Amino acid sequence: MADRQLMTGNEAMAEAAIRAGCRTYFGYPITPQNEILEYMAAHLPRAGGTFLQAESEVAAINMCYGAAAAGVRTMTSSSSPGVSLKMEGISYLAGADLPCVILNVARGGPGLGNIAPAQGDYFQATKGGGHGDYRLIVLAPSTAQEAADLAGLAFDLSDQYRVPALILADGMLGQMMEPVALPPHRDPATLPPKPWALTGAKGRDPNYIASFALEPTVLRDLNVRRHARYREIEAREVRWEEVATADAEVLLVAYGTMGRIAKTVVRRGRERGIRVGLLRPITLWPFPYSPIRKLAERVRAVLTVELSAGQMWEDVRLAVEGRCATPFYGEMGGVVPTPSEILTEVMRHV
Amino acid sequence: MSSTDTMTKVFARPRSLTEKPFTYCPGCDHGLLTRILAGAIDKLGIQERTVIIAPVGCAVFAYEWFRCDGIQASHGRAAAVATGLKRANPDLIVISYQGDGDLAAIGTAETIHAANRGEAITVIFVNNQIYGMTGGQMAPTTLAGQRATSCPEGRDVRTMGHPLPVAEMIATLAAPAYVTRQSLHDPKHVAQATKAVEKALRYQVEGKGYSLVEVLSTCPTGWRMPPAVAHKHVADVVTGAFPLGDLVDRG
Repeated sequence: MADRQLMTGNEAMAEAAIRAGCRTYFGYPITPQNEILEYMAAHLPRAGGTFLQAESEVAAINMCYGAAAAGVRTMTSSSSPGVSLKMEGISYLAGADLPCVILNVARGGPGLGNIAPAQGDYFQATKGGGHGDYRLIVLAPSTAQEAADLAGLAFDLSDQYRVPALILADGMLGQMMEPVALPPHRDPATLPPKPWALTGAKGRDPNYIASFALEPTVLRDLNVRRHARYREIEAREVRWEEVATADAEVLLVAYGTMGRIAKTVVRRGRERGIRVGLLRPITLWPFPYSPIRKLAERVRAVLTVELSAGQMWEDVRLAVEGRCATPFYGEMGGVVPTPSEILTEVMRHV
Repeated sequence: MSSTDTMTKVFARPRSLTEKPFTYCPGCDHGLLTRILAGAIDKLGIQERTVIIAPVGCAVFAYEWFRCDGIQASHGRAAAVATGLKRANPDLIVISYQGDGDLAAIGTAETIHAANRGEAITVIFVNNQIYGMTGGQMAPTTLAGQRATSCPEGRDVRTMGHPLPVAEMIATLAAPAYVTRQSLHDPKHVAQATKAVEKALRYQVEGKGYSLVEVLSTCPTGWRMPPAVAHKHVADVVTGAFPLGDLVDRG
């Protein structure tokens, strides 16, 4: 039976990570995600794991690199400016094919910005952020329940494909309390083995972990093999939710906190007889290009709504490829639009 | 009967070294120190538990030279990577091998905090007073007045800072078990450095905590000196700026 608890999105992700078998956590304080660090400090040691407050975001992600190399499930969490500092380490994790879960409880930016909810880190999360040709599996929860569910999924996908996974949440989701049905505890000993891990070269040849290959053809081949895994992820792991899309005239595309608000917009619109639907991407990478493209064949407009100047909007336009109008509505700086403001925008395209 | 049957083998490649050729310049002390480390791993019988962390710098390939598990860290972050490995699996013997640019410039924060936490790791710190791999730029350890490609008139301590005394800085901390500075400029000092590396590793095996072995090394290419002259320079000049000996021994 699943435990049901009232908890914040931050706590839900932390508890779900422990239940998924995460046994090392390295982090650094930054608002609005301090509850994750504090939850791990209190609860991870009781689960037999290691919590360590690092001297910096840079150190924290590199501690994850070491723990991941040792074959142990590992996680770090931060918020936008801190995630920027982790980007070098994330590139190395990607280049060394190491699994790791990174939580970004995003805030307003750029620079120090503020601590209010924002989605200005979409480009950084989905298009690189660090250097080199790499991808992260990027998951975007819209409720505390989904935050818990996706935290568990992030560990499984990251291990399965040896690709770091990032959960892109925001300050509203992190701080909001909701009832959460928690998954059962998983014993790390029962997780699939990692024969590549650094466990000591006993009875086998040494294992080496590096993102380094001086010979261009060798590095090229490593990249080609990694990108073949990315293609596999794109084919198998796209996740999204559709609400009232069957007869929709205007399709909203929104994720995370904005996706949740967009559900209210759909409900209120339908109450007033407006044929509005929603496609909510759950995986931001791999992005649901194909389902958006299919719906674009039969709607008048695909309206992207984001807490940014229009970052996911670029992917939506790539999906639609001119099949219909692709307007955008967004707010920045931690301002969150109300359902009625968005509904007014929907009306302009009916 | 051939003559070899009567000969006793007195010197051999350590078992913990792979056959992979070193990429160091001729006359550089890195190769010697790598062999010393491999010999210490053999002597303690820890090859099957050891993880070698290679830095960014001339030792970037170090993870492939040991018949041990190995990992390559990003520039300066080896102490953080070591922390993650050791915390995730305390049974591992974790050795971080780093140069002066890596450990004492870009990695200063990770170095000091890992030492201050007393992470049960062994740090081998190669102090050759220069960035070797990138072509001989000024390092944090470059001596006052020493020329490098990025201080062509010599290091002016008024604008470029003083040579960073890493071992002395780490020795001020409460946690480290063993902090020492050694040199490789003559056979006597090679023997002493070998003992220091063995002690640092033994302390990790015995659970005594963090060790740092700073090793004064030559960079004949970067210093533009023949190897023998470079070793004399260490004896006559470098050891004056960086005194040798144990600074902390809480074993």
